[in-house]
Amino acid sequence: MSGARADIIASIRRSLRRGRVDAQTEAELRAQVAAHRRNLIPARAAALDHSGQIDLFVAMAEEVQATVARVPSVEAVPEAVVRYLAAENLPAELVMAPDLGLDDVPWETRPLLRIRRGRAEPEDAVSLTPCFAAVAETGTLMLVSGPRTPTTLNFLPDTHIAVVRADQVVATYEDGWDRLRADGPLPRAVNFITGPSRTGDIEQRIVLGAHGPRRLHIVVVENGQEVRNGEGQE
Amino acid sequence: MLATSRNFAANARAGLADQNLQRALAIMTQSGFPLRRRDAVAKLPEFEALRETGRTIKEHTLAYLDFYLELYEERVISAGGEVHWARTPNEARAAVLEICQAAGTKTVTKGKSMIAEEIGLNDFLEQNGITPVETDLGEYIIQLRREPPSHLIAPAMHLVKEQVADTFRAAHRELEPNRPLAEPRQLCDEARALLRPRFLAADVGITGANFLVAETGSSVIVTNEGNGDLTQTLPRVHIVLASLEKLVPTFEDAASLLRLLARSATGQEFSSYTTVSTGPRRPGDLDGPDAYHVVLLDNGRSAMLGGEFHDMLRCIRCAACLNHCPVYAATGGHAYGWVYPGPMGAVLTPGLIGIDEAAPLPNASTLCGRCESVCPVMIPLPKMLRHWREREYAKKLIPPVWRTGLSLWSWVARRPALYHALSEIASRGLGWAAGRRGRFRNLPFAAGWTSARDLPAPEGRSFHNLWAERVKRGANR
Repeated sequence: MSGARADIIASIRRSLRRGRVDAQTEAELRAQVAAHRRNLIPARAAALDHSGQIDLFVAMAEEVQATVARVPSVEAVPEAVVRYLAAENLPAELVMAPDLGLDDVPWETRPLLRIRRGRAEPEDAVSLTPCFAAVAETGTLMLVSGPRTPTTLNFLPDTHIAVVRADQVVATYEDGWDRLRADGPLPRAVNFITGPSRTGDIEQRIVLGAHGPRRLHIVVVENGQEVRNGEGQE
Repeated sequence: MLATSRNFAANARAGLADQNLQRALAIMTQSGFPLRRRDAVAKLPEFEALRETGRTIKEHTLAYLDFYLELYEERVISAGGEVHWARTPNEARAAVLEICQAAGTKTVTKGKSMIAEEIGLNDFLEQNGITPVETDLGEYIIQLRREPPSHLIAPAMHLVKEQVADTFRAAHRELEPNRPLAEPRQLCDEARALLRPRFLAADVGITGANFLVAETGSSVIVTNEGNGDLTQTLPRVHIVLASLEKLVPTFEDAASLLRLLARSATGQEFSSYTTVSTGPRRPGDLDGPDAYHVVLLDNGRSAMLGGEFHDMLRCIRCAACLNHCPVYAATGGHAYGWVYPGPMGAVLTPGLIGIDEAAPLPNASTLCGRCESVCPVMIPLPKMLRHWREREYAKKLIPPVWRTGLSLWSWVARRPALYHALSEIASRGLGWAAGRRGRFRNLPFAAGWTSARDLPAPEGRSFHNLWAERVKRGANR
C-alpha cells in the first residue's frame, strides 16, 4: 500500500499546485497544532461562574432525559444510589469501576448493595462509574478508558450511574480536553456521553435505549473534591 | 453498488407514487429534522459565527491536507495503530478483507459508515464468506431489506413503521409470529435483543469516522444509539473506514465542528455519544480492541482539491441540505440512485462516479438555495450544481431538444434588442391566446407544467418596460 500512499500525497500536491510544504511552513503548522488555539467558544457556559456551570450541567443533562441527584458529600452517595435503584425497581446490585476515587465513598454503610468491581459483562444490569469531567454547555459526561475505568461499563448495562464531583464540572469540551492533556498520555477512548442511548430511525420518533443504556443517572456531589492527589482517574 | 442515477426521472416518478414514502417524507419535513434544527439553532446565538469557523477550519485543513495526513499517520502509528491508504474502493475493500482474514473472523459488526456504502463493502464481504452485521437500527432495517440507505443519517427514513414491522416478521422467523410490533419502541427492543449477541460474538468491528484528528491520530465517531461504541469496544479488532477529507488539525477544531454537527443534523445540542478513539487497548486496560486499523480512502477526492468542486470536501455529512431540499422532500433519497442523496449527493455523486453516470442529478434541484443557507460549513451547493450543468451541456449529456432550445435561447438572450422584441411579441401573443381566463390549462411544450397546474398568462408589460419607465421618472434613486 505504500504505492497508494505516495500516489495520494502526490495527487493532493498536484491539485494544490505545490510540492511538499517548506520547512518553515511545516514548523509553523506544527507550532499551531501544539498551541491548541481555541476557536469561537459559545458564551452559554463559559460566561457563568462555577456554581452556575453546575446548575447548567444539571439542567442540560435533564433536558436529554438523564436523571440527576444532587447530594452534599460523598457520604451521601450510597444512599442516593440505593434510593435510585429502588425507585426504578432495579435489584440492589451493580458492577463498579475499580477506580480509586470511588473508594472514598463509604459503600459499607449500605451492606445490602452488592458491588462487583471490574469491567462490564453481558449479564450486568447496572454499572457505576466515575467521570473525568462533566461539560456544562450540553450536560455531557466525559469518561476516559483506563485500567481502572473500563469502557464497557459505559455501554453494556441497561442502567448507567455516573458519579460527578462538583470540581469536575467544566464549561466546555475544550476545558475538559485541557484537563485531559494535563493528565498525561491520551487514553484509548474518550467518551462524551449526553443522556441515555436513543434512536429516531423509525418515523423520527425518539426511543430511548437503542443499544446503549436505557437510563443514565448522574449523582452530583456538591462539595466533592479529589481526595487522592492525582489518582482519581487513570 | 450499481448506480441508477441516470434514471433519476423514472426513480423520482416511482417515489412520488409511493404512498409509504410520501408519508415518511411528510413526517420528516413537517415534524422532524428541519424544525428541530431551527429550534437548536435558535438556542445558540453563536451558531452563524460558528458556521464561519467551521468553514475556516476545513479550508485550512484542505490547504495543507498532505501535511496533516502525514502528521495523522505518524500519530496513529505512535499510538499503536495502523493506516492503510487506498486510492480506490477496490484497494479499500481489499485492505478490510485482509485484516478480517488475518483475524480469522466469519462475522463483523458494523457501525454506520457512508464510506462502507461508497465502496460496496457488505456485498464484497459476503462474497468472501464474511457476514457483515449492521448495528445502527436504520442500517439494520435496510440491510434486512437489501436496500441502500435513503438518507445520510437516517438510512431507513423512507419507511413507515408498518413496513419495518413486516420486515422484522419476515426476517426474525424464530420469534412468535403474532407478537405486537406496532410501535417504534417494540421494534427497537426487538433489534436490541437480537443484535446484542452479535455484538458480543464479533471478532472485528468496523466503524466510520466523523472526524480524524491529526494532532493525536484519533478517530471520532458520533452516534445516538451506542452501537458504534459497542462495535469498536467489544471485538478484538477495530477497523475505521474514513476518507481523506475527514481530517482536522486538533481536538479544538473537532469540538467546533461537533457544535455544528448535531444541531445541523438532528437538531440535538449534542449527540448521545461522541467517542474519540486513539489506537488499541493500552497495557492494563480491561477492555477495548487489541488492534486498531484505519483504512483511508481517496476515491477521487485528492483530484477534487483546488478545482470547481473543492468546496464539497468541507462536507461533514450532517444531511441538513437533504432535510431542507424541496426535491428530496418530494422524491426521497433512492431517486438519486447511488449512495449520497439530496443536494450534497447531486454535487458529490458526479464527482465520484462520473458525470456520465450521474448526468441528471445536477438538474434535480430548483436552485432555491435553502441547502446552502443551512449548510454548517457554507458549501455553495447551487453554484456547484450549475458547474455540473455546464459540464453536462459541454459533454452533450442532455437531450438534443434541450440543447437546441438552450442554444437558441442563449443566442437570443445575448441580443437585447431582439430579446425584448421577441418577448414582447410572445407575451402579447400568450395574453391574447389565453383570452379572458388569463391562464392556460394546457400548452404545447409546457405539458410538464400544465399537467399538474394551470400556467398563468402574461398580462400587461414586462419588467424591462416597467423599469425603463421608472428610470425615466427618476424614481430609482
